[in-house]
Amino acid sequence: MDTPKQHIVVIGGGPAGIVAAAQLAKTHRVTLLEKNDKLCNNITNKFKLFPNFADADETAAELIATTKNENITVNTSAEVTKINRADNKWEVTTDKDTITADAVVIATGYDIFDAHRKEELGYGIYPGIITSLELEQMMKSGNVVTRFGDKPRRITFLQCVGSRDAKIGNHYCSKLCCVTAVKQAIELRKISPETEVFLFYMDLRMWGQGFEELYRQSQEEHNVHFVRGRISEAASTYDGRIQIKAEDTLIGQPLKMNTDFLVLMVGMEPSCGTKNLSQQCNISGDYGFAASKTPHLLDQTTEQPGIFLAGSCKRPYTLSDTINDAYAAAAATERYLNEKA
Amino acid sequence: MKPFGFKIATTHTIIVDDKPLDTLSPISGQVPTFRRCMNCGGCTATCSAAHFTQFNIRKIHNLYRWHQIELPKKELEKCMLCGKCTLVCPRDVNLRSLIIYMRRNIDALKKKEEGEQ
Repeated sequence: MDTPKQHIVVIGGGPAGIVAAAQLAKTHRVTLLEKNDKLCNNITNKFKLFPNFADADETAAELIATTKNENITVNTSAEVTKINRADNKWEVTTDKDTITADAVVIATGYDIFDAHRKEELGYGIYPGIITSLELEQMMKSGNVVTRFGDKPRRITFLQCVGSRDAKIGNHYCSKLCCVTAVKQAIELRKISPETEVFLFYMDLRMWGQGFEELYRQSQEEHNVHFVRGRISEAASTYDGRIQIKAEDTLIGQPLKMNTDFLVLMVGMEPSCGTKNLSQQCNISGDYGFAASKTPHLLDQTTEQPGIFLAGSCKRPYTLSDTINDAYAAAAATERYLNEKA
Repeated sequence: MKPFGFKIATTHTIIVDDKPLDTLSPISGQVPTFRRCMNCGGCTATCSAAHFTQFNIRKIHNLYRWHQIELPKKELEKCMLCGKCTLVCPRDVNLRSLIIYMRRNIDALKKKEEGEQ
């Protein structure tokens, strides 16, 4: 291999950025930029990962270890403010300096949906109404108690918060909340067997390997109760619990129920970085995600020569999807650099 | 003269008790396979009784799950225990056994209610 070493900037230090960087660093020089002070924040803020309950911190640590490579420079706390084309190359400006790159991999990922926007669900108004991420962190700290210090008697999940919802303009399915809720329900029943768990859904989309089995396991072994219907509103009761209203659409009757926690399964939206950079590069797609050239054969390539996409900056992705996609993005980048050289 | 006055309308909404469902009914212990029903409706589609009546076993066991027993009590009499529902169930729920236990539990509850009166 006599091709000269080229310089690639990878924007985003999550799993997509790390895998793409580690792969490209086999033949090139890579600068990995991350706006936070550490890598893999969207993994380390989890407790266990579906479908096999792998430890989130251990998985992140294994990924981060692959960046310990002489060809990779990791710059944390470096937020990209500008990207522009200059002489067949790209200039990437962060809040610290400007870096010139032969190719750029955008791996700026997702943010969770801001549940405040669904006011009728009472998030930020009533304590006890929390997001799936907050529940994950409660379970990670081993501290699943109500604000009165009691073990919860009942916990209720609501799917599709910020997804499949014309009212807030997100028509898409975030695709991994279904299985995340099932995973969290199982975890909860393990941590706190006396807590009764309900899960309200519109459709259960158990599309991945092992997902359907996890769903069945949650019913069979952990007695999680699934109810088809969307919770339309939630409010506080006189004694500080949460009252929800929904229809059990399988019997066609409305119901009211009290619960200690209402867990909102918030969907994925493009992160600020994803929105800004794809706008700047003119590759902004649906809902502010970054758009690839074609969804099948050129899914890591963009309309801009030398700019590639990896992971959930394109659409909601699981961790497995993200990692596979990052390998593909690294291959597409490599192909481009070889043709250019 | 027409009689006049007022009546308090009863709600159509199911008010779910604060007690866990399993405390209210032993059904998921009696028929553990019931837990894994995914409401496909295969049972109702094949049901011999549903062919001639409004009997909908899927709907009835969902009502029962929320401890609604008035309609299930009446409806469950329509079942002839032929067992076709059990044969077609993709999640292998023992529906025949479920129906027998639902009938028994409802009868016991009704007896208890009568005794209390």
